[in-house]
This record gives sequence, C-alpha cells and structure tokens, in this order.
Amino acid sequence: MANYSLLIDYDYCTGCHSCEIACQQEHGYPVGTNGIVVKEYEYEAGGRVRIDYLPFFTPHCDLCKDRRTREPTPACVKHCQSACMEFGLTKELAARMGDRNRLVLYTHNPGR
Amino acid sequence: MNSTGVFPTIAWSAGAGCHGGCGQKVFVEQGKMVRIEGDENHPWNQGRSCPRVLALTQYMYHPDRITRPLKRVGERGEGKFEPISWDEAFDTCEQRLNEIKRKYGAESVVFAQGTGRDIGGPITFLAYSFGSPNWCQLGLSGQSCYTPRLGSMKSVIGDFGVVDCSQFLERRYQDPEWVAPEVIIVWGQDPPNGCPDAFFGHWIVDCMKRGSKIISVDPRNTWMTGRAAHHLQIRPGTDGALALGMLNVIINEGIYDKAFVEKWVHGFEQLKARVQDYPLEKVAAIVEVPADRIAAAARMFAKARQAAVHWGVPIDMCPDSTAVAHAIICLWTITGNIDIPGGQVIAKPSHGVSSYPYTTEELLQLYGEEMIGRLTKKRIGADTYPMVKNFRAWAHPDMVIDQMQTGEPYPLKAAWIQTANILGGQAARAGFHYEALKKLEFIVVVDLFHNPTSMALADLVLPAATFPEKDSIRAWYAPLSIIQKRVQVAECKSDWEINFELAKRFNPEGLKQWNTVEDMFNERLAPSGMTFQDLRKLGGWKMAGEGPSRPYRRHERGLLRPDRKPGFNTASGKVEVYCDTFKSWGLDPLPFYTEPPQSRTSTPELYEKYPLVMITGARSQLFFHSEHRMIPWLREKMPDPYVEIHPETAARYAIYDGEWVYLKNDMGRVKRKAKISRRVKPGHVHTMHGWWLPELQGKAPDLFGVWDYQINKIIPGPQCSKSGFGGGQYKTTLCTLAKIED
Repeated sequence: MANYSLLIDYDYCTGCHSCEIACQQEHGYPVGTNGIVVKEYEYEAGGRVRIDYLPFFTPHCDLCKDRRTREPTPACVKHCQSACMEFGLTKELAARMGDRNRLVLYTHNPGR
Repeated sequence: MNSTGVFPTIAWSAGAGCHGGCGQKVFVEQGKMVRIEGDENHPWNQGRSCPRVLALTQYMYHPDRITRPLKRVGERGEGKFEPISWDEAFDTCEQRLNEIKRKYGAESVVFAQGTGRDIGGPITFLAYSFGSPNWCQLGLSGQSCYTPRLGSMKSVIGDFGVVDCSQFLERRYQDPEWVAPEVIIVWGQDPPNGCPDAFFGHWIVDCMKRGSKIISVDPRNTWMTGRAAHHLQIRPGTDGALALGMLNVIINEGIYDKAFVEKWVHGFEQLKARVQDYPLEKVAAIVEVPADRIAAAARMFAKARQAAVHWGVPIDMCPDSTAVAHAIICLWTITGNIDIPGGQVIAKPSHGVSSYPYTTEELLQLYGEEMIGRLTKKRIGADTYPMVKNFRAWAHPDMVIDQMQTGEPYPLKAAWIQTANILGGQAARAGFHYEALKKLEFIVVVDLFHNPTSMALADLVLPAATFPEKDSIRAWYAPLSIIQKRVQVAECKSDWEINFELAKRFNPEGLKQWNTVEDMFNERLAPSGMTFQDLRKLGGWKMAGEGPSRPYRRHERGLLRPDRKPGFNTASGKVEVYCDTFKSWGLDPLPFYTEPPQSRTSTPELYEKYPLVMITGARSQLFFHSEHRMIPWLREKMPDPYVEIHPETAARYAIYDGEWVYLKNDMGRVKRKAKISRRVKPGHVHTMHGWWLPELQGKAPDLFGVWDYQINKIIPGPQCSKSGFGGGQYKTTLCTLAKIED
C-alpha cells in the first residue's frame, strides 16, 4: 500500500491562512472543524525577533481522498500562496529532505 | 454524473475585495457557485488563492447579504428598510438627484468610492454623466493611499515603476529575459499578509526563493523582517529622512550608476547638494536606526546588479508624502534600475486600455479636454492644491467633508456612496464624518452588506454583485483581463450595470452610442484591437506583446513618450530628480523631510500625555479593510480586534495578555484586546483598522459597535502638505493605554 505525506518547507510559510480555508471549503467543514491549522511562533534569534508559522494536521485531514480522484493535489497544497507544501509518496518526499533545512514531513496512514 | 460547470474569471471586485487580478475557476451547479479555486493557467497567481476568495461561497450566499434594492421607511439610522423594485429604485435616484441638481447644481452631489478595484470606471462614468466633478475616496485623509506615490512617479518619471517579479511576461519566472532582483527593499509593507495595489504579495516570496535578498524598512517585526538581510526598524513616519540618508551615502560614496545618471537623469547636481542636508548621523537620530546599518543597507542596494523597491501605504501617510516618494524614486533612479530585468519596471495599463482611470491623462483620453477642464473648475480642492488639480481628478476628501459641514463655498446636498464604508472604514475623524454626512438631503448606498455607513445614513440601498456575478474589464496592469459573469444572486447587479442604467437616464443624448454595458467595454477595449467577446474566446486574458506595455528598456527604444522619441515621458525626456513639474506647481523640486505632526519632537507636551506612537492598519489576508467580518470561516481565524503591545509597555501599564483595554487620546477611546508581542517596539503599539462587529445591533446609536471599535475615530484630521496629497495620520497618532474598569 502506498503511503502518502505532505512535506512542509516551513521557512516559507507566511501564515496567510489559504490552506485552512481551502480545507474547509473542500470538505464543507463548519467553523471549529479543520484538517489543517496554522500556528504562529514568535521568538528571538540572532538579536532579531522572528515570526514563523507552522501548519499542523488534525484527524479531519484525509489528504483530500475524494478530491484526488479528480485533482492531482490536496486543496491546501494547491492554494498555498508560498507554494511551500508538497504532496507525494512518503518515501520520495523523505528522500528529498536530507540536504534541506527546516522541513516537516506529515505522514498520513489512516488505520494504524 | 457530473453536472458541474467550471468557468474562468478574474477576482477584481467585491468578494475578494482587493486590487489584484487573480485568475479563478468558478464551479457552478444549477446556477449556483458551489466552489471556487485558483486558475493554474493564469500567470498572475498560477493556481494560488487567498482565504477571502476561498471563502467566497459563504460571502455570496450569506443570509445577511443585501439582495434587493431597499428604501428607508423609518428615520435615518432606525434600521427600517423595505424592499422595492429596481425600477422604483432607479426612478427615485433619477428624480431626487435631478431635483437637487436643479436647485443647487450637479456639483452639490458627491460620488464616494472605497478602495480602487473596478469601481473607478463606473463611478466616474456616473458622476460625469450626472455632471458632478466631486468624485473621491471620501474619508481617506489626504488621499493617503497610493495617490501620493503615483503622483510623484508621474511627475518625476512620467510613468509608474514597480518591482519586476516577471508579472509582465506570460511565462513568468521561466521567461529567459527575466532575472530575479538581487535586492528588494520592502518599504513599509508586509506583502504576504496584504493585498498590494495591482500586485500579488507572494510574488516577493517567489523572488526570495529565487535568490532575492530583502532589505526591510518597517517599524514592526514580521515574517519578512525576520528574514531580511537588513531590517531598518525606523520610527513611524520618518521614511523620508531614511531615504535621504541612503541617497547621501550612495551619492557621497560615488556608488551610483554614473552612465545612467549622465544620460538619463535631470538635475543630479541639485539632488547632490540637497542630500548634504541629511548627513547620516542626523538621519540616524531622526529614524532611530544606527548609522552603520543605514549605510550598509544603502551600499547593498546600490551595488546590486539589479534591484528594486516594493513600497506601501505608510509612505503616503507621511507628512509631505509626495516628497518622501520622490526621495525613494531617486534611490531606484540614480542606481540605474529603471525598466531593467529584475529592477523597477515601468508599469503601463495593458494594451493602452483604461479600466480604472486614475490619472488625468486617462480621463482626458476617455472624456476629452473640454469636459474635464469644465469639471475641474468646480472640483473641490483643485483651486487649493496643485496636485489635486493636475494629477488625479478626485475632489480633495478632507475639504469635501469640511464643505459638507460649512456649506462654503457652495452647499453639498447629496451623496452616492458606492462600496465604501466611510464610517467603519477609511474616515479619519470618523465621528466628524458622521455628523457632516447626516446633514445631506439624500444618500444612496450601493453595497453588498449592511454596515455602519449604510445603517446610519442610507435613504436607498442598492445591492451590488461580487465578481462571479458580473462582467467587467481590467487593464491594471497586466494581463488585459475580463471579469465574466457566471451566476446571478437574487437581484444583485454589477456596479457597471447600475451606473450605466442611471448614467443613461442622466445623459441620454451623450450616451446614445452605447446600448449595453458591453458596447461601452468594447469602446474602452478598442486600443487593444480586441472586443469583450474576443477576450472571452481567448480564455479571458491576454498579455501585451512587444510595445509600450511590455518591458524592458523602453526609454531607449522610444516606447514611453507619445512622440515615440527615446527618453522618459517628461518635459526633459529624463527622469527629473530635480522636478521641474513640481516647481511649476509651486512645490519644492527636490525631496525633503518633514517631522510627523504629532511626535516627541514636534509636540513634546502631547507626547508626555500620550507617550505611545499608534501604528494602525497592518493588513491580514483574512479581511479586506472593513469587509469580511461576517464571514464565518474568516472571522474564526481572527475573532477579536487586538492591539499589539510590547511586553515592557504592557508591564508599565499593568496589562495582561488577552485583557480588553482602551486606546485613547484627546479624540476619544477605542476598545481592543491586548496581544502582548515583540512585533512592536516598546513605545509603539499597533492595531488593525476597519473593525466593526456585524453581530452587534445595527440601528443607531449602536451601528454595529462602530464607535467602540473604529480606530479612525481617534485619528485626527488633515495635515496635508502643499501638494494636497498625503499626511493622513494613520501611522503616527499619539495615544495611551487604559484599563477598562467595570
């Protein structure tokens, strides 16, 4: 069985909220329910204040199972304004993480 | 079975709300839009979408949406409206406005617009057909949004410059002619969180991925400033001093582009003399950034092979903002970055088509010299301010509201307010606007939802359409695009349909050559050699080929001037860093710096009483100005209006995170939820504008809580420069914090 994942280059996540609303539109989720939630982090590094964002996934994320019968990518990946999300096979995405910086791989194996 | 139709269109209108030109795909089932997604084949956004577009089904089919014309049946502000037919609505407008025109003259009717999406075309069309010159963005003090920058660019360069993110090339980042800017100064903006004019904020992020280094000029800390090579965290309102200081470094160190200056710059020696008034140590003390950091940023910008400036509205909100813009224009000019790949490219309306006629030049093209000349004579502010007279055919908004109150030199009696929530949105001294507008005899509001303005003032409310419900054209800047109607929501009509119908009633003879709105679009599209239907067949958009609308180095190729000679579109044919045009209008021909009207140095006593500099108006992708607060998916992500307070400031005022507090000054107080954050420096606070709460009671005096939450209630009136542009104090008003004791 193929295992799919989402790879997030969170150095480029700007917190624009597109992924969150894309998910709610795709699934018709009401307020309070979402497959993806973006969190803001504020910290100091190198004498500078940094604002970072990181999306995480809830059990409401089904990697857009139905959508992918007609579209190549989940709604969040497609609409990400920074294009910092990739969808693909876990093994392939993991193999590409090695020489890059500040990535998060979200694995999705329902049933385990 | 799949009965879903998928149709492309462009999101430049209510719905998204912004000035962008994103391609969108509308999914329609049985006449209803069921979903919307970005169009991956459109060069603007390449499939991406903002949260406001993605929530559009909730906007279009919202239970509170105004879907039929309404007339007021109770007292003004009582919130009692009854549905009427479009015929009755048009008849009432025609009768009432014509009656006022007979009694007081056409100029006694003000045509007020909100921000500049496709409204600029229809509202001028209606105002001029009626005969009133008084078209403006009412409430926006000093026209402090892009107009000062546009006016300065037009005067100094003869055209407008934008950072080259490949947006004029169909293949975008793949086009071999394009290179990424080596350095981008992001000046007074947080592009990924905003909706820049005719620009997609994440184009800057796209460039960063392709190697562009960022210099951030921003009093706040944002995602972008944390990633910048240099973050110049200036004191709000001191942008002009910083630009002059950087010019001082670049000129005195001789690191400007000497060949370009020699050939294409007019008045360099005078500029050189002027910048000597701004030595780095003096500038550093004004802007509160160390001199060595300013110098390092200036050198980085000057030494880049190609570099550009992406700038924001704080520049317009500086005092003498046309001079601030002038200084920044000099930065990209003397470093030789104009109209080169990855530099500051010249932006012209696509194919020479005018869709949002904001320059006098475009209005002359559309309406002729005789008519514009006649209207200018009565236009409020044209006698007082040279740039109001000569650059942009708007009445001066601060003078309009004053005149509404005084009736001098002539009375104002009615207002046509089209998709502009003046009281809940842009109006500085918002309470004064309320009192003045209440005096009018007749007020029409065209909008999509009730808001504080419609509730407080409207005699008649006309329901406007979102972009999937309308046809329109867009040429600002590229590609040339059409908005295509895909669905109808109840009885809503597009701004163009509404204004076209009424304009024909006001001026049947003058408009007889057009039977339909599309006839008129076709005339406006004529410079492109295409019709509305031609563009529809092409999929809805077309990028301009070789010619005046396509970069690069058009000044060398005779593509900028009407006479087709090489050079820039100025009298001298050069970029006028010493601006003869400004001089002829009685303005300083060289850039200079003015201290904000309220600050520790200009008003020390006030500063003692109100020691916090209040920055307002940073953007979020969730809301466009005062819109979208009623959209559940969007509001969920930011339920409360908050104020950012540095931890040291919070400790000083004993304020804890999440506590409701007042921001206050001599003009009043406004409620905010405290967000303790290092996004702002100690001594500064920041809060978003445009807040009113649609869930609260609409009828007066509540007006959806506008007088509790509208931050512009405590922003003072105009401090216009001699030009008439700029100086709205939205970024520099002094205030203090107070706990809410119950």
